[in-house]
Amino acid sequence: MERTVSFHLNGKPATVTGDDERMLLWVLRSDLALTGTKFGCGEGICGACTVVVDQQAVRSCVTPLKDVAGKHVLTIEGLGGEHLHAIQQAFEEQHAFQCGYCTPGMILTAYAFLLKTPRPTRAQIIAAMDDNLCRCGAHVRIVSAIQQAAVAAKAGA
Amino acid sequence: MATEELSRRGFARLAGAGLFVFFDTGLAQQEPARIPRRAPATATDFNAFLKIGEDGRVQCLVGKVELGQGAMTSLAQVLAEELDVAFDSVDVVMGDTDLCPYDMGTFGSMTTPFLVPVVRKAGAEARAVLLSMAAERLGAPVEKLHVKDGVVTDPAGATVSYARLVEGKRIEKHLANIPVKPVSEFQVIGHSPHRKDAHDKVTGKARYAGDQLPAGLLHACLLRPPAHGAKRLSVDTAAAEQVRGVRVVKDGDLVAVLHERRDVAAAALEKVKAEFESQPSVPDEKTIFEHLLKTAPQPRVVGERGDLTEGERLSGGVIERTYLHAYGAHAPIETHSATAVVADGRVTVWASTQAPFMVKDQVARATGFSADKVRIISRYVGGGFGGKTDAAQAAEAARLAILTGKPVQVVWNRREEFFYDHFRPAAVIKIRSGMTAAGKITLWDARIVGAGDREAQPFYVIPHQRTTSAGGWMGANPAGMNPFEVGAWRAPSVNSITFARESHIDVMAAQGGFDPLQFRLDNLTDARMRRVLETAAKRFGWKAGKAPSGRGVGMACGVYSNACNATMAEVAVHKDGRVVVKRVLIALDVGVQLNPDGLRQQAEGSVMMGMGYALSEELRFQGGKVLTGNFDNYRITRFSGLPEIEVVLVDNPQMAALGAGEPPIIAMGAALANAVYDAAGARVLELPMTAERVKRARG
Repeated sequence: MERTVSFHLNGKPATVTGDDERMLLWVLRSDLALTGTKFGCGEGICGACTVVVDQQAVRSCVTPLKDVAGKHVLTIEGLGGEHLHAIQQAFEEQHAFQCGYCTPGMILTAYAFLLKTPRPTRAQIIAAMDDNLCRCGAHVRIVSAIQQAAVAAKAGA
Repeated sequence: MATEELSRRGFARLAGAGLFVFFDTGLAQQEPARIPRRAPATATDFNAFLKIGEDGRVQCLVGKVELGQGAMTSLAQVLAEELDVAFDSVDVVMGDTDLCPYDMGTFGSMTTPFLVPVVRKAGAEARAVLLSMAAERLGAPVEKLHVKDGVVTDPAGATVSYARLVEGKRIEKHLANIPVKPVSEFQVIGHSPHRKDAHDKVTGKARYAGDQLPAGLLHACLLRPPAHGAKRLSVDTAAAEQVRGVRVVKDGDLVAVLHERRDVAAAALEKVKAEFESQPSVPDEKTIFEHLLKTAPQPRVVGERGDLTEGERLSGGVIERTYLHAYGAHAPIETHSATAVVADGRVTVWASTQAPFMVKDQVARATGFSADKVRIISRYVGGGFGGKTDAAQAAEAARLAILTGKPVQVVWNRREEFFYDHFRPAAVIKIRSGMTAAGKITLWDARIVGAGDREAQPFYVIPHQRTTSAGGWMGANPAGMNPFEVGAWRAPSVNSITFARESHIDVMAAQGGFDPLQFRLDNLTDARMRRVLETAAKRFGWKAGKAPSGRGVGMACGVYSNACNATMAEVAVHKDGRVVVKRVLIALDVGVQLNPDGLRQQAEGSVMMGMGYALSEELRFQGGKVLTGNFDNYRITRFSGLPEIEVVLVDNPQMAALGAGEPPIIAMGAALANAVYDAAGARVLELPMTAERVKRARG
């Protein structure tokens, strides 16, 4: 359906006019020029396009625009501010990436997970991240980075 | 000439005051046999250059690409080391054919062994020039000067910075033979500073080829055949043309639907009706091995020694097995992407590729533009693994940009990525071997079909041996041998060949009742390989015994471009045949360690990717029709597969630094196959070791 959809994007109001069945990924990348959200598989399998909608990690490649009307959308560009978010900091320190292409999706999946599970076990982290794919094999470092971020958040709380 | 002029142009663009050192990386001369390439169109007098600017920043321009392997960081380290400047003051500019001088491509673990030594020499040369300038400025002899972080200090405490020394000057030097620092003086090399690309990658600021959004950009989705080789009989684009804002381009083989939104272009492409001629549905993933044996070219002898008949006579029986390996996809998370802009008679393409200079020629051929009118920029690439040497998407984007007069972006969808990949070839490897009662190998007769011949000869001491190879990943296969393109997949040839050789070594050890470690050591004289094996065994806690012991432990070793790898694994095999990897240890000797953390990253990544090719990754196809279309039916290793990983870097400062992107992955197949045998008595001769195959092997 053609209409104007309003939502909050990285803390600021955003308005997009067009077919509200369009997938959020392409609205973010093409219409709003936010290219930190990546295309990987187009079917919600790999997680490279993960963004956070009302504190839930969602696959933007299979999320129609209409589903985010009135909601708060967070992309990698909106995480952290002047300083890196603790998760970004931990990914940077642990070198929890190689090519970096899956990294925004990894970080945002971890962000939403830690909101719900601030003191996760290693097994919980692995279960939460299992549907995010990384081809370079940074998994062991990503798990460590999420553990580090959880500890940092606890210390900061 | 053109290449030189282009480099000069890039050079001029970055010009200004400073000290410039030109150096020839000499790659083309050093390893001609290893490298799949076309000869560069032109000779070059220099291949890279280094600039120390009056802002105090050091800039190094190289044609290599940052694929995730960390070259941007290690190159900055070696320059900082030789120049005595801060690591943070070094910028490495990569993968731009206008700015960076010719480079064949980023593959074969060649950056470290071939580019690093010359970058170091360039740094040493620049340092020597700057020191002699400082000596003059400070009125002190060179040998009395001290340098730290780009500041020269004389014995009286007077200082001058590199930046001050080059201020308002322009000094050009070609590389001379200045000695580099000895290992004992290293302060930056051998450490693990923060990766240069870290900030860009954790903030989403890293821009890949598909992240370029020039004004007026159109996204193109292209009509694809249902199978390789299927010719188009008809096409009807009328319905697609009705979609508002859509533009359809038909140009020979190319049918594209373009729109300023990619998703709208993709939806409009669905409305294109096309008929293609049908194609044979054979071979498929089950019949491919018979097919390869029938269609392979004449085998070539890779190496031989002694006399096979004599070897057979000395052996207490011949042990013969046939090992199989399925086609594998590179499956980077970033699909092949390109953004092309035409302006002022030139075409610029941001392309995800490992070989921007090869792609420059590829785009020139596709567009009819001369090569000097083509610029390729490959800044950040979302994984390559050998699969992004060819960049057909760059040629597609360039053609469409020229045809439409608009900037055009082509981002392959996942199905296209699995369809147009240049797959790791399927392989059949037959090995006949024999040994004495005491466990000395006397016979080795290996026939490799499909995999190629890299590192094909066994490194064990075998008096009577022959290795032949027919067909491979480098091309020159007979038409129809492979139903689609094949190419280099991280450590090409070597994953399949190491799987076969090291599985067979364990088959022999089991038959003779020998411990797999002792059996290897008894047939090995190479000191480096013995050392990595012994180190791995010690750190792993290897206990001597005859397989299958039920413990589920296995080992394998291998060589890749002079790097030595010993891999040990512990697995559990479930009743249904499913393999769970509990622990993997990789011991590596890659000579001098430039960046230990970078080496660990490569080895950790190799464990995960290696588990993929060993256990789950298998391409499905019927003839030229690729059935695998997405990650749901091409299972790469996930977080839940993560084993305990230990990486042991075996110190070897006597040997120059070797590349490490590929060596750590080569022994994963056999280490896991041998561990599966040890766990369940199931000798699996075919990769991937799916639950079904393990179950069948267990009988």
